[in-house]
Amino acid sequence: MTPPLLSLRGISKSYGPIKANQGIDLDVADRSIHAILGENGAGKSTLMKLIYGVEQPDDGTATWQGEPLALASPAEARKQGIGMVFQHFSLFETLTVVENIRLVVHGKTAELTERIRTLGRDFGLEVDPLAHVHALSVGERQRVEIIRCLMTNPKLLILDEPTSVLPPQLVERLFDTLRRLRDGGVSILFISHKLEEIRAICDRATILRAGRVTGNVDPREHDAHDLARMMIGRDMPEPMPAEPRTGGDKQLEIIGLNHTPDDPFAVPLADINLTVRAGEILGIAGVSGNGQSELAALISGETRLSRHEKDRIFMMDADVGQLGPAARRARGFAFVPEDRLGRGAVPEMSLVLNGLLTAHPLKLLKNGLVDRAQATAFAETCIRDYDVRTPGPQTEAGALSGGNLQKFIVGREIMLAPKLLFVAQPTWGVDIGAASAIRRRLIALRNAGMAILVISEELEELFELADTIQVLYHGRLSPPLVTRDTRPEEIGRYMMGAKPEKADA
Amino acid sequence: MSMTHFLPNLVRRERASRKAMLLAPPLALAAAILLNLALYVLMGRDPAAVVHAMLLEPFLSWSSFSEVLLKTGPLLLIAQGLAIGFRAKVFNIGAEGQFILGAIFASAIPIWFPQATGGWIWPSMLLLGAIGGALWAGITAFWRVRLNANEILVSLMLSLVAAQLLYYLLLGPWKDPNGFNFPQSVMFQYDAMVPTLFAGTRVNVSLLIAIVLSLAAWVFMQKSFMGYKLQVGGLAPRAAGYAGFSEGRAIWLSLLIGGFAAGLAGAAEVAGPLGQLQRSISTGYGYSAIIVAYLGGLHPIGIVVSALVMAAISIGGDNAMVSANLPIAAVRVFQGSLLLAYLVAVAFVRYRLEWPHTTARSQS
Repeated sequence: MTPPLLSLRGISKSYGPIKANQGIDLDVADRSIHAILGENGAGKSTLMKLIYGVEQPDDGTATWQGEPLALASPAEARKQGIGMVFQHFSLFETLTVVENIRLVVHGKTAELTERIRTLGRDFGLEVDPLAHVHALSVGERQRVEIIRCLMTNPKLLILDEPTSVLPPQLVERLFDTLRRLRDGGVSILFISHKLEEIRAICDRATILRAGRVTGNVDPREHDAHDLARMMIGRDMPEPMPAEPRTGGDKQLEIIGLNHTPDDPFAVPLADINLTVRAGEILGIAGVSGNGQSELAALISGETRLSRHEKDRIFMMDADVGQLGPAARRARGFAFVPEDRLGRGAVPEMSLVLNGLLTAHPLKLLKNGLVDRAQATAFAETCIRDYDVRTPGPQTEAGALSGGNLQKFIVGREIMLAPKLLFVAQPTWGVDIGAASAIRRRLIALRNAGMAILVISEELEELFELADTIQVLYHGRLSPPLVTRDTRPEEIGRYMMGAKPEKADA
Repeated sequence: MSMTHFLPNLVRRERASRKAMLLAPPLALAAAILLNLALYVLMGRDPAAVVHAMLLEPFLSWSSFSEVLLKTGPLLLIAQGLAIGFRAKVFNIGAEGQFILGAIFASAIPIWFPQATGGWIWPSMLLLGAIGGALWAGITAFWRVRLNANEILVSLMLSLVAAQLLYYLLLGPWKDPNGFNFPQSVMFQYDAMVPTLFAGTRVNVSLLIAIVLSLAAWVFMQKSFMGYKLQVGGLAPRAAGYAGFSEGRAIWLSLLIGGFAAGLAGAAEVAGPLGQLQRSISTGYGYSAIIVAYLGGLHPIGIVVSALVMAAISIGGDNAMVSANLPIAAVRVFQGSLLLAYLVAVAFVRYRLEWPHTTARSQS
């Protein structure tokens, strides 16, 4: 029997007291699509960084096609034939595709252009080599990243949550590409926490929990329930059935909003109309980069409308278009932004001080001074009630994993007891256990009469949460679709720019 | 290619190292001393004599130590004010000009009312000076908020304008008519002088004020919600925007506080050791205070220590100029290298060096 392509034995890595990986064994076979499955914080990213040489292990050995492998640096990894596509793309928006690729691959522009076209044809990665990156969709950008990796003829390609940015139709297309790559002799390490995807495409799955391997299975032989149990170590709670509600007060209403941002790369919004009522969840679907962040900033008040644009945004029946975030919060608005570090939280500050950021009106101040005892008690409550895994409230926000910080921020905003809660990407990078807890919490709040607006890229999430879904595409919102009467494919069509079928509606 | 294999990498730490934070200032001081001693040897000076004159003499007699304390006052005041702005990432580099305006505003009282007497005079002068400094800094704040004009450039250039304003006053309307045409004002009356703290020295009550205001700065930055908002704005501007903390207010507050403190220092200088308005009212206090603020880690307590150290170096430098025949530029080089060494050292609070130990294995 031939040795596996990549073989890890006893790989361990600690960051201070946190054991991110403990005694990991992993065998990746030649010509296989191998899933690394696990919750956030289970150690998937750490393991990938070790394999790609971004970080070095404390202990353990690696072999590559039977030979010892040094896990020294990304350059070394690339030389051996290991490529990686990160979750967050690293492309220069103002350069063309081929210019971006020339930054890492030597060669003449004409030759590279030709190779990009060939790779595109062979593997279903069509993209115009001469297009500027800022003009490309997210799916196309991902193809550029994959092509850039393929240029160095890798034997192993690591993809970090590649489907999280794609609409359903494009996921199928990516899978087709991955199968062709496998058949062409490239093994793939596929990181995900989406069980159905892994069952659809992977030959093998290694499951991580709390830094250890808890399973090594053929995913096609297990159902999603089994895999989830291996991943979170207990049974998944059943989703709460959403009872339809109607007739609550309008807590947020946007009427005919047009907005052209100052930033030339930002997406202009056109004719935005939406209504969120008390006791209702409205979901905004769509692939990131279609105006989500621009719309979010307009709702939160981080972008204010000019004095001439009256009666466009109403919160709790008041025109708030010209008000800043603090004034909107004072009316009962709370907001969880999609970027946690640097926006939803200050990385260098403790959780106590990060609680203060928006929760200071909850009597955390005394005569203009910070009431340390109250602020600490607030952070402790939030940590306990929202299951934030951290050594304590004095921990810096930047030291928390993305999922745990998200739980803290969501908890902080919910503890404000708002009338209108706006959550952008509620479970981005959050493990399924925590994600389902956050979703159940949102549904419970809705049932208690809160108006909730959710922006999410994950359709399954919106179908679980939202009473109504609107799709954002190129800065325009689709008409509201009642979730119970809508199929995912219909939403998917809007996500790729379909016009409403009834023009007169 | 091969060289890079032997050079260490700068790797970001998971969290800030408290040890590195506390060690950075003393290590930087030690490194700067060694570096400069080497320089003095190269210049053909006797390093032992320089060390004695520069680093020991200021502490060896009460009279020279009292001069250190005298210099500590303005450095402490200005640096505390600047540090508040720096933590909000509002870079007021024009404390020198705000200091000069403070001196001018304070001098207005004794120059216009040379006959006035009473205990109200020197406190009013300090207050007026502080207001003058704040107004001057307010010009910078206005343009920064209004037109997003870079506050570093505006405040720095306003310092040059302030110096010209001072020269104009001293050569024109405020020149002492009996001063043999020297560019200086009349000597101030007794009641325009800040009372001295210790008999026989020039140390005056303004040092106490500086210490009290240092405490106030500590409360403001470490305890108050306003100070917290400023720090959020400095550390993560987008988080401040998200929470609804006004950026414009942070800029105004930072600059007004900085200008107030620098103006107060300027007033205390003319109403203290100088006793009149003259051309050389500042020996670069406004610029040295920037170094003081950073050496103190922008922390109110740290700044108390660093102000004392910088004052001692300054007095020691004067000594060394006389007794070890050191040029004045050497003192400036010392201050500059101290800041540089500190900035290098402070990088290790959030970063650590990692040597490429794994490369040995890859060669097999």
